[in-house]
Amino acid sequence: MKPVILWSDALIYLLVIALACFFYQLRKDPQTRERWAEVFSSRLGMVTFTVIAAYIAVALLDSLHFRRALDNPEGVAVEEVFYDNKVTSVFDLLTGGMGERFERTYSAPFALISFEKENLKDARGNDIRDYPPLRHAGQHLADPSQHAADILGKTLTALLWGLLLSALLIGPQWLLLRRSRYPWHYSWMVQAMIFCGGVWMVSLSRYYHILGTDLGGADVLYQSLKGIRTGVLLGTLATLIMLPIAVTLGVMAGYFKGWVDDVVQYLYTTLSSIPGILLIAASVLLFQVYIDLNPDFFAVGMEKADAKFIALCFILGVTSWSTLCRLIRAETLKISQLGYVQAAHAFGVSHTRILARHVLPNVVHIILITFVLDFSALVLAEAVLSYIGVGVDPSMGSWGNMINGARSELSREPTIWWTLTGAFFFMFALVLAANLFSDLVRDAFDPRTSLRRVEA
Amino acid sequence: MSNPRQQQAAGSVCMRVSDLTVVLADSGEAIVKGISFELKAGRIFALVGESGSGKSVTSLAAMRLLPDALKISAGSVDVEGTDLFALSEARMQEIRGRKVAMIFQNAMSALNPVQTVGAQVAETLKLHTALRGNALRQRVVTLFTEVGIPDPEQRFGFFPHQLSGGQQQRVMIAMALACEPDVLIADEPTTALDVTIQLQVLNLIRELTRSRQLAVLLITHDMGVVRNTADEVAVMYRGELIEQASVDAFFHNPQQAYSRKLIDSLPDLGHFRASAVEEPLLELRDVQVHFPIRKGLLQRAVDYTRAVDGVSLAIGRGETFALVGESGSGKSTLGRAILNLEDIAGGEVLFRGEPIQGIGRSAMLPYRKQIQVIFQNPFSSMNPRMTVGDIIAEGMISLGLALSEEARNARIHELLERVQLGTEHARRYPHEFSGGQLQRVAIARALAVNPELIICDEPTSALDVSIRAEVLELLAELQREFGVSYLFITHDLSIVPTLAHKVGVMQLGKLVEQGSAEQILTAPQHPYTQALLAAVPRLED
Amino acid sequence: MFAYIVRRLLYAIPILIGVNLLTFTLFFVVNSPDDMAVSQLGDKYVTPEAIENWKQKNGYDKPLFLNPDAAGAARLTETIFFDKSVRLFAFDFGRSESGRDITSDVATRMWPSLAVALPTFIVGIGVNICVALMVVMFHGTRLDRGAVFLFVALMSISYLFYIIGGQFLVAKTWRLVPISGFHAEGQVWKFLILPVLVGVVAGIGAGARWYRTLFLEEANQDYVRTARAKGCSELTILFRHILPNALIPILTGVVVLIPSLFMGSLLIESFFGIPGLGSYMLDAINSQDFAIVRSMVFIGSILYILGLILTDISYTWADPRVRLS
Repeated sequence: MKPVILWSDALIYLLVIALACFFYQLRKDPQTRERWAEVFSSRLGMVTFTVIAAYIAVALLDSLHFRRALDNPEGVAVEEVFYDNKVTSVFDLLTGGMGERFERTYSAPFALISFEKENLKDARGNDIRDYPPLRHAGQHLADPSQHAADILGKTLTALLWGLLLSALLIGPQWLLLRRSRYPWHYSWMVQAMIFCGGVWMVSLSRYYHILGTDLGGADVLYQSLKGIRTGVLLGTLATLIMLPIAVTLGVMAGYFKGWVDDVVQYLYTTLSSIPGILLIAASVLLFQVYIDLNPDFFAVGMEKADAKFIALCFILGVTSWSTLCRLIRAETLKISQLGYVQAAHAFGVSHTRILARHVLPNVVHIILITFVLDFSALVLAEAVLSYIGVGVDPSMGSWGNMINGARSELSREPTIWWTLTGAFFFMFALVLAANLFSDLVRDAFDPRTSLRRVEA
Repeated sequence: MSNPRQQQAAGSVCMRVSDLTVVLADSGEAIVKGISFELKAGRIFALVGESGSGKSVTSLAAMRLLPDALKISAGSVDVEGTDLFALSEARMQEIRGRKVAMIFQNAMSALNPVQTVGAQVAETLKLHTALRGNALRQRVVTLFTEVGIPDPEQRFGFFPHQLSGGQQQRVMIAMALACEPDVLIADEPTTALDVTIQLQVLNLIRELTRSRQLAVLLITHDMGVVRNTADEVAVMYRGELIEQASVDAFFHNPQQAYSRKLIDSLPDLGHFRASAVEEPLLELRDVQVHFPIRKGLLQRAVDYTRAVDGVSLAIGRGETFALVGESGSGKSTLGRAILNLEDIAGGEVLFRGEPIQGIGRSAMLPYRKQIQVIFQNPFSSMNPRMTVGDIIAEGMISLGLALSEEARNARIHELLERVQLGTEHARRYPHEFSGGQLQRVAIARALAVNPELIICDEPTSALDVSIRAEVLELLAELQREFGVSYLFITHDLSIVPTLAHKVGVMQLGKLVEQGSAEQILTAPQHPYTQALLAAVPRLED
Repeated sequence: MFAYIVRRLLYAIPILIGVNLLTFTLFFVVNSPDDMAVSQLGDKYVTPEAIENWKQKNGYDKPLFLNPDAAGAARLTETIFFDKSVRLFAFDFGRSESGRDITSDVATRMWPSLAVALPTFIVGIGVNICVALMVVMFHGTRLDRGAVFLFVALMSISYLFYIIGGQFLVAKTWRLVPISGFHAEGQVWKFLILPVLVGVVAGIGAGARWYRTLFLEEANQDYVRTARAKGCSELTILFRHILPNALIPILTGVVVLIPSLFMGSLLIESFFGIPGLGSYMLDAINSQDFAIVRSMVFIGSILYILGLILTDISYTWADPRVRLS
């Protein structure tokens, strides 16, 4: 086995570490702690956070890549080990090879036969035209009539195992957190549901295609799950890239005013006057041309797709900093008029120190609110961009690519609804959770809303 | 001031509040605890208390206008034999504005910004009377004339922002009186106004009380307002009425220690601090600060607002100079100019004879140790993300004093004790403190670098009166102890006697009069000073 | 006022120059005309002559910024920058890579775009305000909380699903209108109903939630309490006091979008087969026709700046407190 560290893998782990440090720092600040406490003491906050955490966990597991060592051809003893050209992730292992069971083409969820008729030979060797049985679904059934009973039985077993696993994982949490003042039991409920759902998916996918297969015969559930990493990474990395630009320019403009302010305002007015989607599309296309002209930069196909993905994050980040920059500029303008900055001037405190100790810590709430708000917007944008053809690489699983591939199939009879359903469900759950969570974060951190509560 | 009140026959009771209790809707904690009082026709009943005492909640409860977070749990409000709390919401709407009307503290925000003031007054009339069309307009104009709005015909079509603060409050009063209510509830009606305007509005309310036989509930924190305006007074403290009496009885013989404290906040214009003759520490010569007015295509500065227009003054060592003026007079700008936080357009600022105006950042550093500042709003002058210890240490670090950490901590503890806070407060954050405590921290912060001059920009105007006295006393003590000088910027002449040696009065950027405190307060020369002084409430009649 | 508008228009010039420089850098410096020729021609036909031919045919055979071979002003004008960017200022968009006249394309295609975008815009704002008002009337009740959750849920659905869902239900299952298409003559409205409906429904979540917040923000203002103290009923307060005040931020928030309505919607137009500027852009992106993309970027920027100016003007019109200077 040979680990493969893609750029996006490295970045996402870096981000997680950075966030962990950030939150550790925040522990020292009682006001921020209080506000987070407000977010987490609501049931909705707990539930949505758990859902988001589950998505992030999947994304992180799916970001541990490696290439399998190939078995040496029998009898040949060579020193050199050859590696599979296909990159696998830890998450792929956990799904128990869900993504390796291909059919010929479309098949409905839990179906035993293909969606389309093919030329077959019957038992007597005559050519007939019928629906062929699937290669990886229901092979264990002696008789198709047992189908429903088998699904039910397997579901029950899976749920039992799921509950057992939940108990194992939630038990220690309970021991640690039972005296906590936060409503952890809501999180545990969601965790139990996720674990049960996960175990159910993995165990049943060994016998059936839970969400059917797509045109190329690939398992739709597996694709939907692979879309998680793309969505989560895009949502976080693009904001991460944008943050330093927006914060630096915004703070400088608001603090120094004068010509610095003029320049920054000119920059963001210019940038935001360009239709966003055109700018993104043009940038992505240009990068595409660049990759096409320099194909030898990348060892495996996945690295090429990954480079394109990073570029997409980068482009989305660079083209979207103007809103945050504007907000931070306005807030900095306000802060620099406040008594404590004036007092710092009266003490002769240097500009850098004022910026670092007085201004930056007091705009962090805006950065935070933007980070969570943008997350869901970016996940949604990915789908649109992939549809337009300037999104992530088609070889990379993403909800946008799934929708793009399946949108015309709704007009077929009978309708092929499962691909869209899979993408819809996984995307909706993430975006809804993120939106609800960001509402709570904004309510807790936005001084305007918290002020209102005090007055009431 | 002559007192016509005695001749008035005690009016009939127009509103009777009995056993009113208001609680927080979610926790059930009582904010107003079973209070009772009566409002009589032709009489002004003042409800006095500091912030958080529940006085405004009482007034809102009487109108059933409480925010959702609060609810009335017991009691009744009786108007002409009907209990307001028993009425349906629709019936209550008929009472509001017609029987009981209300005016609020900040007229600017209490008026609808996108409706003309005429239309807003007319709306009340439309709701409760059959007046329409031209008759309605005429009625509004008559009302405007009655409350003393100049050019009422023309002002009818004005938007609130086009009127001055005093005129806005007059519109509020016209609106409240439009349907000739029996009861008027006035919630801090003059707090947001400058003192001279304040007096005019209060006089108007008093005249209308007499002429219309109104029963007025006046909510205020200002004992001067009570003294000048009210017939009866009730003191509210932590949700309870602790004392209720006629105004004369109250001021001559208060029953509660807390009432005594409130009364003591009124100025005593009999005693002054003698002006010390010392060589000047700070001297201003014809200082000017201009803000450009930009106009035209290229936004060139075509003219200047002369925020500070040729001010000269001198402050001696260990001396307090009170700079008095109303909002917009340029007094705070002058303070900032001395600190070199504002560019000076002309004139000189001399500190110990050395000019310090317009010198560079690093050249200014040594003077920063010697000139310090305390701001008005204690909450915004402390970074909410720093501990009090760090806040006090900031100046010491940046100006290179007490470099070792132990020395610094020792100094912080010493300072905290000096301003009557505990050493354990060093690790706390600003939001854990009250306004008065924070202002003490601000004093400690300024003292940390051993300044010779502290510019105090309205340091007590955000504080309750009882706390105000304590902070002022602390400042005076520190002056005796360290010999520090103060430039005390304030709009409130009443705090001057206890504090200042010298007084300067500012109007529209100019220092119209200056002299010793006694001279200014007993024999003011300039008409503006006289007007300011006339507006100051005082204990002895 | 007049001086203000003139100043804003003058300020637009450096912004448009910035936009042009940026796009020019993106299109010609990051990727040289040679690279473009290679990717347009495809790997099979790449020969130096073919590249030169392609460049010549499409007008990319000149130097980027400065032509040392030419004389006088031509040193500057005989360049790609002048040809491809400066001419945009004279609204001379030139020809697309496939040889079509961009200016006439834009002129014909903007009307279908407008036919979809304008009704969507107007109906959308109306519907959102109504929905938000209804929710605000029930503020603090379970209905209000349920509605807010519903808004967030609606916001969490990708635009693509609204379109696909609308086509599937309204056009395919119920067969009420054609799935897609656009015929200028006759019953155009038949083709417009569904795209407009989808556009409006997709916007309800975010729009109504935003307006609700604006209404509630106004409901917390002091003047609302004054109105109550006057004896106004809650409905009067909502319609006579809160609504006019909340319309100011609503109005100024949407005015910036009005000029951009000409640009149409990329997704709606491509799904419903409407021959507007949105699908024009999408086709240009898919066929990598950078000449069109460049022109559309320029038009989009102008419309956006126009929107900003309109926003400021609408402020003075809606809010008596604001005066431009």
